[in-house]
Amino acid sequence: MTAYTPMPRRAFLGALGAGATMLGLGACSSGSSGSGDPNAAQTIEWWHIANTPPMLPVWQQLADAYTAAHPNVKFNITPIENEAFKAKMTTETQSGHAPHLFHTWGGGVLKQQVDAGLVKDITGDVAGTVSGISPAAMDAYLIDGKTYALPNDIGMVGFWYNKALFSKAGISKPPATWAELLDDVRKLKGAGVVPIAIAGQAKWPEMYYWTYLAMRMVGTDGLKKAFTDKKFDSPELIQAGKHLKELADLQPFQNGFLAAPYDQPTGQAATMGNAQAAMELMGQWAPSVEKEQSGKGIGADLDFFPFPAVDGGKGKATDMMGGGGGFAVGKDAPPATVDFLKFLLQPENIKKGIATGAILPVVKGTDDAVSDADAKKVVAQVEKSTSFHLYPDQAWPPSVGQALNDSVSQLVAGAMTPEAVAKALTEAAQNA
Amino acid sequence: MTRSALEAETRAATARPPGVAGPSAAPKRSQRRSGRWTAVALFLLPALVLFTLLVLAPIVVAGYTSVFKWNGFGGLPTNFIGLDNFERMLKDKVFLGDLKNGLILIILSMVVQLPLALGIALLLNQRFRGRAVFRLLFFAPYVLSEVIAGVLFTMIFSGSRGLGGKIADFLGLGGAGLLGDPKIVLYTLFFVITWKYFGFHMILYLAGRQNIPNELIESAMIDGASPWQTFRHVTLPLLGPTIRISVFLSVIGTIQLFDMVWVFTKGGPIHASETMAVTMFDYGFRRAEVGYATAISVAMFVISFVFAIAYQRFVMRRDLEGAVTGMRDQR
Repeated sequence: MTAYTPMPRRAFLGALGAGATMLGLGACSSGSSGSGDPNAAQTIEWWHIANTPPMLPVWQQLADAYTAAHPNVKFNITPIENEAFKAKMTTETQSGHAPHLFHTWGGGVLKQQVDAGLVKDITGDVAGTVSGISPAAMDAYLIDGKTYALPNDIGMVGFWYNKALFSKAGISKPPATWAELLDDVRKLKGAGVVPIAIAGQAKWPEMYYWTYLAMRMVGTDGLKKAFTDKKFDSPELIQAGKHLKELADLQPFQNGFLAAPYDQPTGQAATMGNAQAAMELMGQWAPSVEKEQSGKGIGADLDFFPFPAVDGGKGKATDMMGGGGGFAVGKDAPPATVDFLKFLLQPENIKKGIATGAILPVVKGTDDAVSDADAKKVVAQVEKSTSFHLYPDQAWPPSVGQALNDSVSQLVAGAMTPEAVAKALTEAAQNA
Repeated sequence: MTRSALEAETRAATARPPGVAGPSAAPKRSQRRSGRWTAVALFLLPALVLFTLLVLAPIVVAGYTSVFKWNGFGGLPTNFIGLDNFERMLKDKVFLGDLKNGLILIILSMVVQLPLALGIALLLNQRFRGRAVFRLLFFAPYVLSEVIAGVLFTMIFSGSRGLGGKIADFLGLGGAGLLGDPKIVLYTLFFVITWKYFGFHMILYLAGRQNIPNELIESAMIDGASPWQTFRHVTLPLLGPTIRISVFLSVIGTIQLFDMVWVFTKGGPIHASETMAVTMFDYGFRRAEVGYATAISVAMFVISFVFAIAYQRFVMRRDLEGAVTGMRDQR
């Protein structure tokens, strides 16, 4: 044991991951075309997140159809899986580039990209199309009153519940108020049923509870105002945290929930899909993930109810939190890009996507294309909605959104008080 | 020798008529020396350029970025905030928790993992049937990638459904707590790290043990030393260099621990198994607080660097004679 290499080099390299990445970013770039002529030959770089069927072939088909009608326009499509897309977009945009047409969830991340001058203001170009889109769906893509992207999907978060387990506990109808929900949780526990499946490791599913409680306490506009005023320590918002603590104190979650991921075989969706818990608060994708993670899901036992009203709160049970997906146009996009985006949202085109069940309608007059029973339940609720809030971890800048997820997760675990959550959020917002 | 060095040599030779010695000897030597330095510089150039670009430049960039508040967008950072990021770090419960977790893991490694590896290495050094199979078995986990090991153990320790969870339930320990209880999860993580890495240290010790001549052990036996005395006064001191490098690798590895934690627990629940690298990643890539994340990376660098230098200077001094220390003695 005499000849070996000491390894401070590893210490260097390891510690400098962030720095090195940053240098590497300069290398990637995407071509741009400066000419403004929509009839010139051009290639549109399109990044979307439908990397699997059913939507993958639909987008391809629509691109092919557009090329058939406009032979001068070609596509270079890059489908990327959800999480990989976020990472890749981060590096791409930090290097000062954006794809010509790219997926966005709107909100804070889109705003950062807009502030960095990477996204095209398409307000004037798409006014006609926007008038046909439901205002709730547009909400996430308007920044300072200007349009930077168009939605192709909208959904909402609500309680997915197992009717069989509810009736086993003697509950005949879904709760309409928070007090009733807490009562039902007690009944379910009494019947030996785990009331709620939750993903403590993922954190964002826990954040949904706080957000809805906050919206019910101060109303949708109240929550938006709390963010713009950078002030989350009003008594009403602290009360929202206290309500969540009431729920957590009943210990309604599955065993070991703090370590549970969302979409893994050991996670929240699988617990729900295996009928090991009575409900979960989740978005419109919940039924398909439950099936995927558990093998078959709970079929016709699955039903949907909106987050209940909270006594003494300003918000209504029809105020919804949700989100969907949209496409934004990069600053260097060739001139046909906006036209193609409008083409995608023409009712007869977007209906092809809706018919697969993977996206829900945003364009008026396309509801009849929804075929899936679970999707219809969500669409019915979305139509009744009186106001809309995008998932806060998307609506707000990542530093505030992640601080929210983190503090709520600690609140649920009993490691933070409602007051401390309010303080942490206020500080994060002031620092952003 | 490069061409320029050769030319210098020739020039020196022709400038001086043969047989004439004296004053011209001095310039000759200095010219030769400068020629040699040119050669050295030329040979080092490619490596130096790469090292500068890939190691030194990022250090400088990271140091620069760490004094800004920056979300990573829009060209260069502009919002200079001095040492605020570092001040924030010292008040950040998560970061302080990282330091504590790192320290616990290092101590556990020293007290449990390395002695275990040493014990098994000495056992596997005995002659017995199937020795090679056992060596292979104990080394096998090290060959797995960290990600695969992480995924594997999330399944094994999952709730009360995985094998590990079931065993813990059977022993009355509560299987769901292995990953779900903030007070326990760090030890579960340590178990997995030990499973993954003790084979590596075992191989180091085994190689070190085989370098010890058997005559020494035999003569100790003949002198009447008990097995413990032989181990304590012959084997252990002679394994010194191996143990010192193994401790070094273990500490540096723990400071940088990332992949395993990220896959296995994501640092949770509620940051109970988080390490500095995980916190850095979280801030840099999920919270878009690149300035603060870089400050954490700088802190990691400083900690690793100071430890590496101090350890090599004081602990591995004799082992590294001529490599890092003791240049003076060679001149």
